[in-house]
Amino acid sequence: MSAQPPAQPLVAVDDIHTFYGKSHILHGVSLAVGKGEVVGLLGRNGVGKSTTLKTIMGLVQPSQGQVRFEGKAVTSLPAHKLARLGIAYVPEDRRIFKLLTVMENLRTGLDRYGVSEARKQALLGKVFEYFPVLAERRNQAGGTLSGGEQQMLAIARAMMLEPKIVLLDEPTEGLMPRMVSQIKQIIAVLNREGVAILLVEQNVPLTLEASQRVYIMEKGVVRHHAVASELNVNDAVIQQYLGV
Amino acid sequence: MDYLSLVWDWMVSHRDIIVIQTINGVVTGMILALIASGLTLIFGIMDVVNFAHGELFMLGAYVGVVVLATSGSFWLALVLSTLVVALLGAALQITTLRPLLGRDPLTTILATFGISLVLQNYALWQFGPVPRKIQEPFTGQFELFYLVYPWYRIVIALLSAGIIGGLYLFLKYGTYGIWIRATTQDRVMAQAMGIPVPWVHTAVFAIGAGMAAASGVLFGPLIGVNHAMGLDWVLKAFIVVVVGGMGNLGGSIAASIFVSLLEAYAAIFVSPAQAIIVSFVALILTLLFRPTGLFVPTPK
Amino acid sequence: MSKTSHTGYWIAFGIVLALLIVAPLVLPEFWRRFLTEILIWGLLAMSSDILIGYTGMVSFGHSAFFGLGMYGAAAALLMVKPPNLWLAILYGLAGSAMVAGFVAYFSTRLRDIYFAITTLIFSQIFYVIIFTWTEVTGGENGLTFSRPQFGIPGLYTVPFTSETLHWFVLAVVTASYLVVRRITQSPFGMVLQSIRENEARTRAIGYPVERYKIVAVMLSGLFAGLAGVLYALQNRFAAPDFVYFLISGEAVIFNVMGGIGTLVGPFFGAAFFLLLREAFSRFFTEYYLIPVGIIFILMVIFLPQGMLGFAKRWLNR
Repeated sequence: MSAQPPAQPLVAVDDIHTFYGKSHILHGVSLAVGKGEVVGLLGRNGVGKSTTLKTIMGLVQPSQGQVRFEGKAVTSLPAHKLARLGIAYVPEDRRIFKLLTVMENLRTGLDRYGVSEARKQALLGKVFEYFPVLAERRNQAGGTLSGGEQQMLAIARAMMLEPKIVLLDEPTEGLMPRMVSQIKQIIAVLNREGVAILLVEQNVPLTLEASQRVYIMEKGVVRHHAVASELNVNDAVIQQYLGV
Repeated sequence: MDYLSLVWDWMVSHRDIIVIQTINGVVTGMILALIASGLTLIFGIMDVVNFAHGELFMLGAYVGVVVLATSGSFWLALVLSTLVVALLGAALQITTLRPLLGRDPLTTILATFGISLVLQNYALWQFGPVPRKIQEPFTGQFELFYLVYPWYRIVIALLSAGIIGGLYLFLKYGTYGIWIRATTQDRVMAQAMGIPVPWVHTAVFAIGAGMAAASGVLFGPLIGVNHAMGLDWVLKAFIVVVVGGMGNLGGSIAASIFVSLLEAYAAIFVSPAQAIIVSFVALILTLLFRPTGLFVPTPK
Repeated sequence: MSKTSHTGYWIAFGIVLALLIVAPLVLPEFWRRFLTEILIWGLLAMSSDILIGYTGMVSFGHSAFFGLGMYGAAAALLMVKPPNLWLAILYGLAGSAMVAGFVAYFSTRLRDIYFAITTLIFSQIFYVIIFTWTEVTGGENGLTFSRPQFGIPGLYTVPFTSETLHWFVLAVVTASYLVVRRITQSPFGMVLQSIRENEARTRAIGYPVERYKIVAVMLSGLFAGLAGVLYALQNRFAAPDFVYFLISGEAVIFNVMGGIGTLVGPFFGAAFFLLLREAFSRFFTEYYLIPVGIIFILMVIFLPQGMLGFAKRWLNR
């Protein structure tokens, strides 16, 4: 393992064990994401990648281990407090509020205390610039949007929180190739703005291109950790943990 | 089609009682709608079947009695009662229902059932078994066929409609309305968006409690206020919530009026105690043929 | 499944039974009747356990079954002279079985909360019918009748004394418990439990789940009706109050607080709450339900598995 985790990570996860009922999903996962870094999390279906994200987001409580944000232990904090601290979550299957309009979806993140009206308008403006489709459909119900549009809304909604890190769970799943490159662009834009990203993906080439470091998981633990530029799709490691 | 003309003739010759019962049905329906909306909101957002809802209605009426006796103002009684019982509802939710979040739904049914027993007997202890009266804020009647019909009843219906309208506006616009609707649809993602879901739950419970209390005060002058008055109403409210579609606000309002009208018309032929069977039948038919609710457009 | 703990259970059972048999000889009259009432309410709560604990169906309809058992017995004791014990039992069971069948037919196709609410509504339907059909049911005032004698009319009868009535109730309740226990351990009972665990899977395997549920409801209704008959025998009156849904609520409370899925738990639940009620009513006069209600709520939050829940597996062996 040639990669080094950042000295002062933004988000760090230490030896977490998570259960769903009686199923032991995470068997001691440790990883870290630095400020402004894009880190990929690869692995086959069912190894615990989504569970790791959910544990970081406080949606699932680990039975053991620690989650740290900016150095402070936040393991027992509920999800809404973590969102306020600066962690945003874009889940698998998007989960936008289908019965709320696009605008109302955005407002769930936009309507925060202590944010001036001007800053809110600027945020909205920026998001509509990146996603003009959303501006067009702003008064439509979320459920009427196409899959790709819902994905954009899910990411836009997360951006409303002005997060320090975004947890992206399989953003390209079920999307057309044209949309996949759009996702790549969005990741690049977010990165430019200094937002860190923990990217869970099945799409290996995309992940290797977009990330600085990658972790590879298998059966609830991290098995490999490398600098992304040093990895190639055809490498033995990739084939071992991700090959079909 | 001789039957139709027979029925039509009967209706025309009895139009006075039909109109009266229609108005009665609408009035009762609006009161029921106030109670049922709170119940359905609470169920929709936190999957809690609040057996104590009838007792919140009852306590609202009693607080109204007390405030009316000390201040002499019916409207003050209405406002204070709503606030006090809303606070009580919040306190109950925080102490007894929050710890039960995520557990088997039977536990919340039992817990709210226990709360209902405690509140009923508390009222019995504090106020005794003799029913109290709330004086309506104004008397005054108008002529309706052979009856003199009190204006107050019309006012209740209008006020209830106003409160429900206010609720609708609050939910549709405004940040907190969005928070409530988001939490109702997807509690987990609402949390992930920074919405303080535990407090949203408490707020919704408080709103439901406040609305039940308001209907207790509004309806107080029509019936005697006593410790057991919640029982029949909570039953009707449950029926209406199921018929309207659980968690469906518009549905429970429509169902409230629909069922109350049915009962009012049935009361033309049988005693009020028996008329309630009509609502039972409505429930059973709904459950058999349209279990997601009569007024829900398509079965989920 | 070690043989030793199994025998341990039967020893415990024997001891409790022996105590219950001796009790009326040493207790004063009031407590004798109190003990008999505990047995009767315990039987009602146990009938609720068949549905809640073993089939996973929460029902609030037991007051209808209980009430119909009571009124059925009343009918037999008022209409047939001389009052015949066995006829009373028969009528009561028939009444509650019919009601149970009726309720089962409509409700079992519904799930969870809808089933619970429907059973509650049915209780109320029967309540309203009984309350308003004054000519037949005595309406608000109910019916009073005399207690029949024990034995075979025409051959040999002897009037019940307080002790012998207690022993009769004890015998009926014990027999019921043993029968229900046997049923829950039979293949039929196993299917019920599998429905509770995972209804979809049970259906997928091929079991006609609705039919099993209907039988479960009828079984439950039968024993609830039996409790109603015993109550009628004990107290010699039938009243609509017992058909009100609050009675169902109490049965569920006794069941859950004693421990669902244990069959014995409901009896302890009934005993606990009735004793609590008695104790508090000495100090708080009429408002004893306030502290009792608070204790109940605390138990729901902190002791949800009920008093005997920890022994569930041992009790079911």
